[in-house]
Order: sequence, then structure tokens, then C-alpha cells
Amino acid sequence: MINPLRPIGGAFLAFLATTGRLAMFSVNGVSHCVRPPFYGRQLLRQVIEIGFFTLPVVGLTAIFAGMVLALQSYTGFARFSAEGAIANVVVLSITRELGPVLGGLMIAGRIGAAMAAEIGTMRVTEQVDALTTLSTNPMKYLVAPRLIAGTLMLPLVVFIADIIGVFGGYLVSVYKLGFNPSNYLQNTWEFMEAIDVISGLVKASVFGFITTLMGCYHGYYSGGGAQGVGKATTNAVVSASILILCFNYILTLLFFTKDVAG
Amino acid sequence: MSQDNAAKIRLSGVRKTFAGGRKVVLDHVDLDIGKGESVVIIGGSGTGKSVTIKCMLGLLKPDSGSITIDGKEVTTMSPTDREDINRQVGMLFQAAALFDSLPVWENVAFGLLARKQCTRNDARDIAAEKLRLVGLAPDVLDLSPAELSGGMQKRVGLARAIATNPEIIFFDEPTTGLDPIMADVINNLIVHVNQTVGATAVTITHDMASARKIGDRIAMLYNGRIIWAGPTDAIDHSDNEYVDQFIHGRADGPIKMAVRG
Ligand SMILES: Nc1ncnc2c1ncn2[C@@H]1O[C@H](COP(=O)(O)OP(=O)(O)OP(=O)(O)O)[C@@H](O)[C@H]1O
Ligand SMILES: [Mg+2]
Repeated sequence: MINPLRPIGGAFLAFLATTGRLAMFSVNGVSHCVRPPFYGRQLLRQVIEIGFFTLPVVGLTAIFAGMVLALQSYTGFARFSAEGAIANVVVLSITRELGPVLGGLMIAGRIGAAMAAEIGTMRVTEQVDALTTLSTNPMKYLVAPRLIAGTLMLPLVVFIADIIGVFGGYLVSVYKLGFNPSNYLQNTWEFMEAIDVISGLVKASVFGFITTLMGCYHGYYSGGGAQGVGKATTNAVVSASILILCFNYILTLLFFTKDVAG
Repeated sequence: MSQDNAAKIRLSGVRKTFAGGRKVVLDHVDLDIGKGESVVIIGGSGTGKSVTIKCMLGLLKPDSGSITIDGKEVTTMSPTDREDINRQVGMLFQAAALFDSLPVWENVAFGLLARKQCTRNDARDIAAEKLRLVGLAPDVLDLSPAELSGGMQKRVGLARAIATNPEIIFFDEPTTGLDPIMADVINNLIVHVNQTVGATAVTITHDMASARKIGDRIAMLYNGRIIWAGPTDAIDHSDNEYVDQFIHGRADGPIKMAVRG
């Protein structure tokens, strides 16, 4: 008679177990980031992977985001004869929101998936075990360099994406909507505040940590065979994307609530 | 014989189950491995030979029972202490488990580089030397593991296992997938590592010729227990029908293989 409650209880317990395991994994991973030995080569490899090879895809995303923003806000603002605010809208939206969020999501798809697949394959082909027998801690060798690289490099990538995005808005405003170039740039510069850029970069750093953590976690606990690795990859991308959107809201709340309340 | 010496590795009452206790793989394993001894573990496919080795390596945690290495209990040890023990251990995995993101030479030299006791150039030279011991020419040094055949990967795994001159070496089916001549080269290498270098060797194999050649002692695993263990030359008159069936490879006897049809 109490049967209907059982699956709910079971699911709840499984959820708690997963959360606990993830929390342990995060704490463990972060603690290995700050304790020697450090694996410089591994770190360098990840830094290049995240900081350099993601630039094309993130840059493309940013330039189109900036262009479409300019176009959309023009058609919207023309109704109120407020076209002058376009530069303002573009730079605010890009630096505060679109740069970090789109960048984070693209990285979740590109880097999170690759990490889960690589570590997952290493897990199922016993390469992770082999590391242990060669007195190398897999958390230190595989996880820590990825967490560090993600947390440090994503802000850099997003900063570049910000510039490219603003440039996209500039292109459309000047060459399609006929704005005066120097006026547009001046507006952009005047409206931009340090907090806009900084909050975006802090977000990027958090998103970089989330993405690499999810990639490493799902790969590390990947189940058997190709199917297990496939599932780990999907889970890494999905969970990283959802967490990025959640944390984006939380961080926005932390940074800008006084504007709303005040 | 070697039970009298202090055991290098001692397993007592080791039990390991999977699937939350529903699948009992190791029931009650007792095994003593003397210092400098070469012990071969034989047993049917899926009886838990690899699991036994992984328990000794600390990759799997037994449900109960004790495993000591040099008298120290390793099942309850902290990861840092375990890392120290692993420094004197080498392992050849059944499927080689080479790092596919690293070239062959870095695979072989991985343990050396991890210790930071030698430069990368020296490590590369040592890797070339170890590869020569397993019959591989220096032109494989810069290949990636994916470019090697299965048997070559196995031999690179072997070179990696012996590269740091460990005190204890585990070989999980070192000659499976090799031609008979290469298998004999590897057997000789294991005998050399064991007798000349003095390493304690634990080898899993299905190949009785190889078992006779490299083993001081043979232990047979069946149904989660060591059902027979003794000196290699005693295996032909063990008076154990399970052992007899296994070493002669007979389909009928007390060991029933799960064959459906
Ligand atoms: N991680 C695991 N999860 C669940 N079951 C496992 C796991 N590892 C091993 N087993 C089970 O334990 C049993 C013994 O496996 P093991 O790999 O030790 O066999 P083996 O004696 O080495 O066989 P082979 O000679 O074929 O390599 C098998 O039935 C296997 O299904
Ligand atoms: Mg096996």
C-alpha cells in the first residue's frame, strides 16, 4: 500500500547520492588545483585547447549576436525615435549577457563534450587505472589542469568575444543603418561601465569552471563501453548548459539587484 | 617453501562482490607471495583473476579480508601512502591501457617522468632500451599507440610496466595475442626480470607452457577461491581433478563451462 511512495523515495536518494558525489568530486578537484605536483604540460595543452581553439566558434557566435542586436534594436527603437540608444543596447547586452552566456554554451558543447569523451574513454579502457599504478593521481593529472584552464581561459575568450560582438554591432549600424562611425564608437565608449565588463568576465570564469567540472565529472564516472561514454558526453553538455543558465541568473541577481531594488 | 619467508604480498580471506553483493567474484582468497618469487595465477575465463590483481593494486577495494604488502595493510591505507607503495609496483594491463594521447616513448617513460628523477632526454633513452627488451625497434618511439598492432601495444605495455625497475610486477596475460616466438621472448624477459633483477612477479596466464616457464609457483583460482597452489613441477601430480582438467584443457570434468546451445 505504501508502494507508490517507493520510487519517489528511491529517486530522491539517488539524487542525494549523485549530489554528494559531485560535491566531493568538486572539492577534491579544486584541492588538487592548489597542491603540488603540478602538471605544466597538461595545463598548457588545455589552455591552448580552451583559449585558442575555441576562438573561431565563439568569435562567430559573438559577431552574429552583435549584428542581430543592432538590427533588432533599430527596428524596435525606430518606433520611439530612439535609434541613438543602439550602441548602448549592443554594448550592454554583449558584455553583460550574450558574451558570457553564448560563449559559455558554445564552450559547453565543444569543450565539455570533448572532455567527457576523452576522460570517459580513458576510464573504460583502464587508462585511468594505469595512471594510478604509475603513481600519478588522475584527479591531479586529468581533472585539475582542466579546471584551472577552464576557469582562467574562459574570461579571456569572452573578453575577445565582447570586442568582436561590439564590432558586429558597429558593422551593421555603420554600413547597413548608416550611422556615423565616430558617433557610434563614442556612444559605445561612454555608455560602457567597468562593472558591465567585469560582471561578464566573472560569469565567464564561473561558466568555465562549471563546464570543465561537468566534463571531467561525467567522464570520470563514465560507465562501460562506447554507450557509457556517449551517455557521459550527453550528460556533460546538458548539465553544463542548464547549470550555466541557472548560475547566470544567480550571478546577475548578485551583481545587479541593487539597480532593480533602488 | 616460500611461505616460511616473510611474504611480500599476502592475501587473506579476500572477498569481492559486484552489483551490490549479488555477484560474488572472489569469495575467500588466501594467497602468499614471497619476496622475489614468481607466482602464476591460472583459472578459467571470468573467474576473477584480473579482479584479484586489481585488488592487490588498490584499484578495487575488497568487501572484506586483508591484503598486506611488505607487512603493511593496503586495503585501508590513505591514498598518499598507497601512492608510495605504487612507486615500487609495475602493472601490465590485459588490454595494455596505453595512453593514446601520448607517443609510445612517453608511455614507456611515464613512470620515470612522473618521478622527475631524470630529464626527458634520458627518459627517452631508457624507453628505447626497454622497448628493445620487448623486441620493438626504435622507430616506434614517436608513433602513437593507435598506430601499433595489438601485440605491439601489449609489448609497449610490458615495457612501461618494467621501465621503473619495480620491486613488484603484475602481468595480466602477457603473452596473449603474441606469436609463439615472441611469446617465448616475453617469457624469457619475465624470467630475467624475476631472477636477475629480483623483482616479485605475479602473472596471470591461460598458456600452460608459459606458466611452467615463468612460475616458481602456480595457484589456481576457481569459484572465488584458490583451490590449489604449489610449486610448478608439482602441478602434474596435484591429485586435484580441477587442476588436471584445466592444465590438460579437457572439455569434460568437474569444471562446467557455461555453454548454451
Ligand atoms: N567493474 C566490474 N563490475 C561488475 N562486474 C565485474 C567488474 N569487473 C569484473 N567483473 C566481473 O568479475 C568477474 C571476473 O572478472 P575478471 O576480469 O577478473 O576475469 P578474469 O579471470 O580476468 O577472466 P579473463 O581470463 O577472461 O580475463 C567477471 O564475471 C566479470 O563480469
Ligand atoms: Mg582478465
